Amino acid sequence: MKTSFKLNGQAASLDLDPRTTLLDALRENLGLKGSKKGCDHGQCGACTVLVNGRRINACLSLAVTHEGDEITTIEGLAQGEALHPVQAAFLEQDAFQCGYCTPGQICSTVGMLQEAADGWASLVTDDLTADTVLTDAEIRERMSGNLCRCSAYPQILAAIRSAGGVA
Amino acid sequence: MSSVKDWAAPTPISENRSGLIGKGVDRYEGRLKVTGTAPFAYEVEAPSPPAYGVLIASPIAKGQVASADISAAQAAPGVRLVWTPHNVPAQGERGAKINPRSQRGANPALAARIEHFGQHVGFVVADTLENAKAAAALVRFDYAAEPADLIFEDNFAQAEQPEGEEDVRVGDFEAAFAGAPVRLDETYVSPLQNHAQMEPCATTAWWEGDNVTVHTSIQMVKGGQHTLAETLMIPSTQVRLITRYIGGGFGGKGQAYDDLTLAALAARELGQPVKVAYTRQQMFQATIHRPAVHMRVRLGAQPDGRLDAFALEAVTHCRREAPFTEHAANFARSLYAAPNRLTGHRLVKLDIPAAGAMRAPGEASGMLSLECAMDELAEQLGMDPIALRLRNEPETDPETGKPFSTRQLVRCMTEGAQRFGWDRRNPKPGQVRDGRWLVGLGMAAAIRGNFLLPAKAGVRIDADGTITLRQGMTDIGTGTYTILAQITAETLGVPLAQVKVELGDSDFPPAPGSGGQFGAATAGSAAFAAGMNLRKALAELAIGDPNSPLYGDDPELVTFGGGNIAVDNRAEPLERLVARAAPEGVYVEGSITPAADARDYSQHTYGAHFAEVGVDPDTGEVRLRRMFGVFAAGRILNAKTAMSQITGGMIWGVGTALHEYNEVDPRYGSFIAQDLAGYHVPAHADIVDLSAMFLDEVDDKANPMGIKGVGELGIAGAGAAIANAVYNACGARIREYPLTPEKVLAALP
Repeated sequence: MKTSFKLNGQAASLDLDPRTTLLDALRENLGLKGSKKGCDHGQCGACTVLVNGRRINACLSLAVTHEGDEITTIEGLAQGEALHPVQAAFLEQDAFQCGYCTPGQICSTVGMLQEAADGWASLVTDDLTADTVLTDAEIRERMSGNLCRCSAYPQILAAIRSAGGVA
Repeated sequence: MSSVKDWAAPTPISENRSGLIGKGVDRYEGRLKVTGTAPFAYEVEAPSPPAYGVLIASPIAKGQVASADISAAQAAPGVRLVWTPHNVPAQGERGAKINPRSQRGANPALAARIEHFGQHVGFVVADTLENAKAAAALVRFDYAAEPADLIFEDNFAQAEQPEGEEDVRVGDFEAAFAGAPVRLDETYVSPLQNHAQMEPCATTAWWEGDNVTVHTSIQMVKGGQHTLAETLMIPSTQVRLITRYIGGGFGGKGQAYDDLTLAALAARELGQPVKVAYTRQQMFQATIHRPAVHMRVRLGAQPDGRLDAFALEAVTHCRREAPFTEHAANFARSLYAAPNRLTGHRLVKLDIPAAGAMRAPGEASGMLSLECAMDELAEQLGMDPIALRLRNEPETDPETGKPFSTRQLVRCMTEGAQRFGWDRRNPKPGQVRDGRWLVGLGMAAAIRGNFLLPAKAGVRIDADGTITLRQGMTDIGTGTYTILAQITAETLGVPLAQVKVELGDSDFPPAPGSGGQFGAATAGSAAFAAGMNLRKALAELAIGDPNSPLYGDDPELVTFGGGNIAVDNRAEPLERLVARAAPEGVYVEGSITPAADARDYSQHTYGAHFAEVGVDPDTGEVRLRRMFGVFAAGRILNAKTAMSQITGGMIWGVGTALHEYNEVDPRYGSFIAQDLAGYHVPAHADIVDLSAMFLDEVDDKANPMGIKGVGELGIAGAGAAIANAVYNACGARIREYPLTPEKVLAALP
């Protein structure tokens, strides 16, 4: 089945088995292996990518449903040699150990920061009428869809704070 | 053999002239990981496009694969091969060795004999993952099932002493316990847990002639190489195993699994690269797990808190055909003084997946019992839990009488108490409220053994000055690449950027791999030895070179620093020397072996955990509010990665105390939780305000660098600190982990 979308700013056209998930299309058909398969069931967040600026689990989405979408993966965040500020913060704060959940954590952070900027509330938001303030509790809640078994959570929090959250 | 006395001399590491040792430099491979360009095993580019393998699991726990119908699967689109126990190629018998020097025996896949639920019985390879998965669903098996022993608690009567072990007795425990004025006799239960590494096991394999190359996710390079060679029944020289990046191990990837075997076999059969990954469900059912442990603790004390009698007896389980003992009592042999002591283990053999090592095997389970029991005894005695521990602080190892190499447990506790605000703890439970939450504080000690194994490393310098360290070692997220770069750069007096580190290749000088928190000390000591040998080789090169400013100098006077080799003020850059005198580069190896007299010392890492929790008395929910740990683990090589290791371990303790457990389904022998929705590992929102610090320490009995392991210490005791905090918060003493809401509600006074 033919499908085309914009991938990290470039046009991508594919002829895909319709059973192919977006995650497998990225990893196996398009050679972008930065998005990770941790559970293939939307439970770990390692496959998080940005679709039209919003974070999704690429393993839960069939690739052919993304006709015309703008998809950004971990490979699309850096500008040449210059790391995206979230990538640089993860490196500086040691916000990973094995690194397998890291692309998902970083993409999720980028999406989450935009959600907060857009005024989206979370489960721990007290005042739905006030501007969203990314407290530590807000960051922790909003990032809980991305598991890190190495348990770099204190360092991930520090990275996100330095890259856009507030204390 | 060397002696620990040789290790006390000053070295470039102890002198630390460039300040690289201990410095929190960024991870060596960090840039690759944050950009998603570090290739894990399933992502490695094979020489030609790979085919995709999918595994099929047994739905019964014990019995035989009677028959298999593969016709529909074979006819499915894109299918290249379908294997069952009846047509899989010949493999070495389990445990068999044809190479006498192999560290491990064969591990054949797809046996007809079923020994646990989830054992792989079929394997399908197709041109795409989608076709392979679809075809796998078409294979039909008939089984001859047999009765199986599945439930640990139902089989206690079978518990036996692990082969080759005896209980350890000192003094007369029974008499001393019977006569003790204050006694505690309680049983604690630690849960069955799964490693849940983020990266499932995976292998990409291809052949060139008679030689196979496998990229796989494994903690032990040589072990994996030898297992595969024995399984394929070929010399290990024909197997090249590469494991550059590993998406979490925690002990669960200490051995080879069926992905390795079947990818290699299928790649040979098809003459094409093949890659295979476990599904998340297969990770639960078909790798190892931490077994549950029932631990009876008996403490007999004087009214002043002095222990007269101490016993810890642990009953645990393993798979019938895969003996493994969770040594949950071992740690206690070196922790507290008591003249009359009893420790030992019993093992129940079951027909469930294999038990095995998981982060801090022994301590992680065992400390959940004794560190709770000490809290309970302290309350009985009307003592502070820290004071009770101080009262029983031994001068020498309480079992063997050997001196401790270093032991800063007391300082860990006192420093931690002061920084955490332990004096604010109300010893009476249930007294502190914050809104709906009952708030409590708890603490526990931490101890974890420290080890050094034999290892080698190779280091070369090229004419451009690049220094490359090569070692058959792994980095499972622990920071191995980074600390080896630091050790090498500091030893040779060059900037960090001048050093390259290449790991995880069976062609490189061997190291035992990552496990038992021995990795940094073992691999690092070999790297240090290699660096020292390179210094020696470069000094000889310079002294013998008439064009060198050091020509004819005394080798004892040669120094390294700032990228130069020098004697007094005569110096030249290393690359100039090498380019002129050895343009092909200089390569040397170094090795480390345990010192002959290392066993004369009781050698451990220590720590103390402090936790504050809130308990909701209406729902039984426990929330961590604050956690702090103080640790003493020798010289710290990298402040950043060591801290990440230790806080990661503490968070595993939080999971152990509050969330993580698995149970066996008595109908099928499967694990009830088989994915990351059912098995709750700590998520970001579970972890608040958690931090740690290291005490200054150098352990010159440990290895030439005075370092120790930190990868496992953080989990040891951490869960008990939380359980003790729960008791202090609400008076619910729960002896069966984890402390889930229904247990808390049932235990509320």
